[in-house]
Amino acid sequence: MSSSGSTQKLSSELLGPKVRMLFEAMTKSELIDTLSVRGALTKARAEQVVNCVFETMAVAMRQTDGIEIRGFGTFKARARRRRGGRNPRTGEKVEIPAKMLPRFKAGKELREIVNASRAFAITGGDDGPASDDFDDEDD
Amino acid sequence: MASGQAGAGTIDCLAMTKAEIAAAVQDAVKGLSRKRANELVDLVFETMKGTLGSGEKIKVSGFGNFILRDKRSRTGRNPQTGEPMEISERRVLTFHASAKLKEDLNRS
Repeated sequence: MSSSGSTQKLSSELLGPKVRMLFEAMTKSELIDTLSVRGALTKARAEQVVNCVFETMAVAMRQTDGIEIRGFGTFKARARRRRGGRNPRTGEKVEIPAKMLPRFKAGKELREIVNASRAFAITGGDDGPASDDFDDEDD
Repeated sequence: MASGQAGAGTIDCLAMTKAEIAAAVQDAVKGLSRKRANELVDLVFETMKGTLGSGEKIKVSGFGNFILRDKRSRTGRNPQTGEPMEISERRVLTFHASAKLKEDLNRS
């Protein structure tokens, strides 16, 4: 799961611009630009809106039972138990404390929209082990 | 996901909804009516949907990345009956929380 970041970085460094396009992503600033145009408001205000949306969702995950956006999905924090682990370098036993992990589950409508986009290019995330990873324990 | 696991540590109050995000937006941005705040919040999520629906992933710094993955078809099992069945090829959306969001959640 965690390998995708480095794989993508490697790919965009080693491969040409055409291939790099495949890894393109919308960034927060592009989301702000789009909101500014579509919502007819200044960029500065669009930025305030977008930042506020994500900050509020983070607060919701921290302080309430999470947040549900109809048609989009659900964000919630899940507790992870304290567990034992090992320092991979030294093999030494370490204890990983209990913590909260953010989880997102796409709503039905978004799942369908995403699946329908298979006609378009893949923009990252290779065909990893086939698993529906909403319920697994990894991070 | 629906029932969560043991729920240790999750505070049991109701989940927030989009209306509450809109309220927060209205507070944060001067001179927005509630109606306008609602529209803008809708527009944020509609834009994200459109982007993901065109096969493009989204990176929100300080929050996390919405990543698309193509899955091969595979044989799964009906968990109720144990019967093997074919799970078709599909594209799925996964969310990877940023380090900052993970930290924020664990600040007490």
